Amino acid sequence: MPTATYAGHDVSVNDEGFLTDPNQWTEEMASQIARAEGIGELTPRHWQVINFMRAQYRAKGTGPTVRVLGKTSGVTIKELYQLFPKGPAKTAAKIAGIPKPRGCI
Amino acid sequence: MKRIVIVGGGTGGTLVANRLRRAYRPEAAEIVVVDRDDRHVYQPGLLFVPFGLADVRRLTRPRWRQLRSGISYCQAGIDHVDAASDQVYLQSGTVLGYDVLIVATGAELLPEETDGLTGPGRQKDVFTFYTPEGAEALRQALDGFTGGRLVVGMVDMPIKCPVAPLEFCFLADDYFRRRGIRDRVDLTYITPLDGAFTKPVASRELAGLLADKGIELVAEFSTGTVQVPGPPGTGGRLVSYDDRVVPFDLAVMVPLHGGAAYVNRSPGLGDELGFIPVDPRTLQAKVKPNVFALGDATDVPASKAGSVAHFEGEVLAGNVRRFLAGEPLAACFDGHTNCFVETGQGKALLIDFNYDTEPLTGHYPGRMGLPLLRPSRLNHLGKLAFQQFYWHGLLPGRDIPGIRPAMPARGKNHPAASPGRG
Repeated sequence: MPTATYAGHDVSVNDEGFLTDPNQWTEEMASQIARAEGIGELTPRHWQVINFMRAQYRAKGTGPTVRVLGKTSGVTIKELYQLFPKGPAKTAAKIAGIPKPRGCI
Repeated sequence: MKRIVIVGGGTGGTLVANRLRRAYRPEAAEIVVVDRDDRHVYQPGLLFVPFGLADVRRLTRPRWRQLRSGISYCQAGIDHVDAASDQVYLQSGTVLGYDVLIVATGAELLPEETDGLTGPGRQKDVFTFYTPEGAEALRQALDGFTGGRLVVGMVDMPIKCPVAPLEFCFLADDYFRRRGIRDRVDLTYITPLDGAFTKPVASRELAGLLADKGIELVAEFSTGTVQVPGPPGTGGRLVSYDDRVVPFDLAVMVPLHGGAAYVNRSPGLGDELGFIPVDPRTLQAKVKPNVFALGDATDVPASKAGSVAHFEGEVLAGNVRRFLAGEPLAACFDGHTNCFVETGQGKALLIDFNYDTEPLTGHYPGRMGLPLLRPSRLNHLGKLAFQQFYWHGLLPGRDIPGIRPAMPARGKNHPAASPGRG
């Protein structure tokens, strides 16, 4: 399994770069993953989404899709795309250190 | 005497009602099916209506006629379910108590959740074929379409029958060829997914078919706004959330889906989208042990498709009996799905998969069966023949020899198991 180094720690990731163990994630890693995804400084609005995604993952075992994020995170879909331009649910999940949301079957 | 209330008289509700009626003597259980209307539509047939290959009237039958004698049919809207007190509140004011509730109210279309989908262009320039009325209106629009940009797509998953918009593209290609105007039509398929389909092997095969037929694939396109065509000469536009634009003259869009509206009025019953959280193996609802759900109404990570409701039905009927007898439930639903996918020119391909196995090549249900993931005449005939089987085999809840709820692994070409083995 591939590994990546974020904030000085080696973590296991899958082929698409998602952390395979969310417990290895730390807040310091988020800004480094975000930069790799082409997102600059993480603002409080970014963090609102990231924290929401981690809480949802803990509660349900899977991260929310963009549609569910738009309904429940307090951030509209339009703004989600401004914060995370290349697919908000996917990018935010990667930054939040949780697996890719399995919304689509 | 136990009372089993089934809300929803579509595919799942009907076949479970019939299975349970056969399982219990009349004095052992009362079975009540509730639905707001008496129109059971064979939904797979709607795909063919826009091309003049099926007639809406011949796809529709009364719901109560599909139920065995000894099942009560109650035509009423549902106000809400109160799982805490084991009661269903109907809009007529009647309150139905139950020992077991089975939720089979399916998925609803939510065009109003997308900016512009319910506007003035609806059923003039922008259509859906997911309703009988929409499919019929689209037939008339295609009749009068002489060339231009036809865009087909879905707003977001989950949708019923995720392959249907792709099938629509293949059949549209065929239809314009027959009319001799294919060279005057630009066909584009848009999807919020990162490929033609959700699972890699099938996605590759289906993307290949799109390319072969000259249909452009626009992936990762999440539709934010639908702008209908203005004055003559100015076309319509689909605008994505990340500000990409796809122009169209005629758009065929599958709207967002959610659970039935009453679910949101029923404390604890549904999730954010109105689907019923259930155990994906037993189909028992999370809200309370005496509530079960099947078909499009659930949140299980399987396709929203009639075949899923069919395979779930046998597992669910068994688990309702175990529950009422005080026995442990069987965790045996594996997510089995199969679908015939029309590919045009009188051919179809077949996909067969479950929670753990993606659609693979090979044959179904065994080595001598129908070819998987390959267009064939046989699969097309299978798809056409299925309509009769639906009314006379599947809805009555009969077992079919060789077609079992568990997905068959035989006949499939599995990827190499582990490295080092020859």
